[in-house]
Amino acid sequence: MAGDIVDITLLSLYVSSTSTLVATAVAVPVGIALGLREIGSQRLLKNILFTLYGLPPVLAGLLVFLLVSRGGPLGPLGLLFTPLGMVIAQVVVVTPIILGITMSVVSTVESRLKETAFVLGADAHQLRVTVMREATAGILTAVMVGFGRAISEVGAVFIVGRHIEGQTQVLTTTIITDIEQAAYGHAIAVGIILLVIAGLVYSLLYRLQERTLQ
Amino acid sequence: MTMSVEVEALRKSFDRRNVLVDVDLHIPPGEILAVIGPNGAGKTTLLRIVDFLLRPDAGAVRYDGRDGPADPEARLALRRRISMVAQNPRLFRGSVFYSVSYGLCVRGVEPPELPIRTLQALEAVGLVDRLHARTSDLSAGEAQRVAFARAVVFRPDLLLLDEFAANLDPANARILEAAVLEYNRSTGTTVILVTHDMFQAKRLANRVALLYEGRIIESGSVIEFFDEPGDPRTRAFVRGELAY
Repeated sequence: MAGDIVDITLLSLYVSSTSTLVATAVAVPVGIALGLREIGSQRLLKNILFTLYGLPPVLAGLLVFLLVSRGGPLGPLGLLFTPLGMVIAQVVVVTPIILGITMSVVSTVESRLKETAFVLGADAHQLRVTVMREATAGILTAVMVGFGRAISEVGAVFIVGRHIEGQTQVLTTTIITDIEQAAYGHAIAVGIILLVIAGLVYSLLYRLQERTLQ
Repeated sequence: MTMSVEVEALRKSFDRRNVLVDVDLHIPPGEILAVIGPNGAGKTTLLRIVDFLLRPDAGAVRYDGRDGPADPEARLALRRRISMVAQNPRLFRGSVFYSVSYGLCVRGVEPPELPIRTLQALEAVGLVDRLHARTSDLSAGEAQRVAFARAVVFRPDLLLLDEFAANLDPANARILEAAVLEYNRSTGTTVILVTHDMFQAKRLANRVALLYEGRIIESGSVIEFFDEPGDPRTRAFVRGELAY
């Protein structure tokens, strides 16, 4: 049982951190470009983004399920009921969140700061880097929120992973199945593990954030 | 290095309000020109056009006799010969060193030249001891002095000063004014100073121009301008009687 919990915890960490990393790699550059208004059709993109922002995880799970199921376009890759499939589902859920917060943070970096960098001779790339540096704390917040959503997410990973013993069990889906089986003590223990992991990751990111604010 | 600036028939309006109307100015290399005038006269707009932060509706600004280039690379190269200090400058987050050395970093200046020139710029404003301080810990006077050091550290050929000492106490204002004079004397840099402080214009400028309601009313040497103004509006401004 203890070994199971360790495996479940490690898989939870793997799925959540991998999906957060992938989502960050995609969302942060696009969010910066949107925040700096470097991409055209801003209104359309923002409307799409805000719609995705509120995308219910179960719907994201359903979409990814249809995508990776045997008859779906990615069916031949055999991603259904695998940790990688769960990562894809969480990327779909987390990316709009990180993107939206990054965009807001960058667009609120004072225009005076952008002007200052321009006046001091920054080219377009250097301007982007300067804005990013000023917005680092906010971007870290976006990543923190994204990770929080990923580690606590249950609907999408349940649909795509199906909570197969020894293969696709993660902490949140374990709590659901524990409750179904009236194993409340076990559910609470798993919940505490989830809470501790979230606390540790947040305190690490919080320290990073504090350092960037100095 | 230095630069001449010619402003020709410059026009700019915001929401149908004419802010600059056919402004003509010629600033020879190495001169300190003070553009004075009441609030809202268009002084800051003029500087922002010269520094590529705004596009004029009509007219032109010539740098060393040439129009601002359309080619992005050439425009960047020209922009990098110009610097500006604003009334309320925004310093970057982090250390004073980072803020001051920013202009050197974006120009690819590397150690050992980078820290040496950063220290020299801070020395000119008497703030070497604040090198490692956080910009958020600086007083308003120190922040303005750091902003000046940041603006001159890469030795611009044209320095634009927009009410650069308006919010400072006399001691800090004098330190900055001394730094401007010394910088102009040692490098020959052209300076356009925008101010509504006539005493500061007298202390710093070679020549003064009055900008009123978007038009250059009169310009001349400091003595001509203040002692023998030709236009009644200049006389009224010099006497502090021009309605703002």
